[in-house]
Amino acid sequence: MIEILSTGAVNSVQDLGRVGHLDAGVGRSGMMDAAALEIANLMIGNEREAAGLEVALFPFRLRFEADTVFAIAGADCPAKIGDRQMPCWWAMNAKAGEVLTLGLPHSGARAVIAFKGGIQVPPVLGSRSTDLKSGFGGLEGRGLNRGDRLPLSQTPARLLKMDGGFGVDPSSLRPPADSDQPIALRVLPSAEFDAFTDEAVSHFLKSDWLVTNDANRMGYRLGGPELSLIRKLELFSHGIMPGTVQVPPNGQPIIQLAEANTCGGYPKIANVIEADLWRLAQAPVGTRLRFAMTDRAAAITALRQERDFMAEVAASASLMRGWM
Amino acid sequence: MQGAGAILLDAAGAVFSDDIQSRLWAVAAHMKTREGIAETVPGMNNLMIVFDPLLAAPDRVEQVLRDAWESVVPDAVGGRDVDIPVVYGGETGEDLAVLAAHAGLSVEDVVRRHSQAVYSVAAVGAMPGFVYLSGLDPQLAMPRRAVPRMKVEIGSVIIGGAQAGIMPCTAPSGWHIIGRTQVPLFDPLRDPPAACRPGDRIRFRAVEVKS
Repeated sequence: MIEILSTGAVNSVQDLGRVGHLDAGVGRSGMMDAAALEIANLMIGNEREAAGLEVALFPFRLRFEADTVFAIAGADCPAKIGDRQMPCWWAMNAKAGEVLTLGLPHSGARAVIAFKGGIQVPPVLGSRSTDLKSGFGGLEGRGLNRGDRLPLSQTPARLLKMDGGFGVDPSSLRPPADSDQPIALRVLPSAEFDAFTDEAVSHFLKSDWLVTNDANRMGYRLGGPELSLIRKLELFSHGIMPGTVQVPPNGQPIIQLAEANTCGGYPKIANVIEADLWRLAQAPVGTRLRFAMTDRAAAITALRQERDFMAEVAASASLMRGWM
Repeated sequence: MQGAGAILLDAAGAVFSDDIQSRLWAVAAHMKTREGIAETVPGMNNLMIVFDPLLAAPDRVEQVLRDAWESVVPDAVGGRDVDIPVVYGGETGEDLAVLAAHAGLSVEDVVRRHSQAVYSVAAVGAMPGFVYLSGLDPQLAMPRRAVPRMKVEIGSVIIGGAQAGIMPCTAPSGWHIIGRTQVPLFDPLRDPPAACRPGDRIRFRAVEVKS
């Protein structure tokens, strides 16, 4: 078991998401920075989809009730286990009674914590992810509160031989960003791309877009120049995905994210490619974004690089865990 | 395209077509049998296919989808009949009078027309268990509210444009509320979780009309 000592209610249990129920109106949910969870799980020898914690409100503290192994990934935040500091993208042993503390991130927005064996809340519709909007999955379908206790695997964890733990360097996949520059997002044109004015397309690709306060796990509303259609469009409701950039009548885009509705009706100008969704997960309110057009081949190459990196992490972490 | 791993087949004309919709269900059933296809998401006269672009090349999926659209034979609709008892009007159907005025009908006429029609579940989506219904009497169509309500209660029987629906949970909506039902539409612990499936036929039954 782990016990939550300090948290905000937007912090929640998430895995890689709920697949196979879009046609019942059930969205994906899952970790906003899914790749970070996958890396953290592979580091400690978990199944890639094991459930962990998404922490978007800090400071966050939890207490381990038994010896185990855990890893942190995602946002770069000051972290301490007991009285020892630990870097991000790091796997460590935790002793029974020790407290893990995550402080406000230096960069990024969402930290991910993976635990050996995963968090053992009951799966709902094939996933342990919390669907906060609909109120099911995770822990009682809600975000975390102080005093919550979450079950971990009953099997005693085989501890790491190295007391200092070990880390991975994600920089080949996630080059360190210049904090003065807007976050770059690669997009593919969406169905109504050609229905927007030339001016709108130019604004979309050449302006900075602000992540407004209206930003949560469902999506981010952006602020910038108004994007106009050549003429008004009335669309029937149709399937949408995380990464879909819709433009409602006020001309200000909305990017759909992990808890997106399964269907929507607004015109879509573009889609952020799957391999760049983590950049949005790590973009706090007030960040500026910049969109760049890419093509299918580049989008697939980027996904393949991500999968190759996961395979490398799995192989090297297995060696690190086995070291005497 | 919806990213590299999703593709939208849009077959919609100016008005909703039940024939196109049953053809899309057949395309969805066919696509589900193909390697690398993760999910099929029927919308209103459109269909989204979600796939793993590392297992199934997008260009190939697009071609298979086009071929399926040309060649499928829609199955006979095997939907079930679902009875939805409704209390119309009153506090839990606050837009009934407004909708009647917009339609130029009496409240009784609106209830009669709404409850005499047989609706078809065209798609389930947006939120868990939400049914998009075709078959609304055109006279009852009314554009959505300019400003959506932040909270529309579970069980609300609603009309948005030419579509009818029922709220499966309490959530924001810009549709007009004409009544309330107690029938549960979604339970994540049930298999399947949504009470209605595409192709089901729905009838609303007036149990009470409040002023």
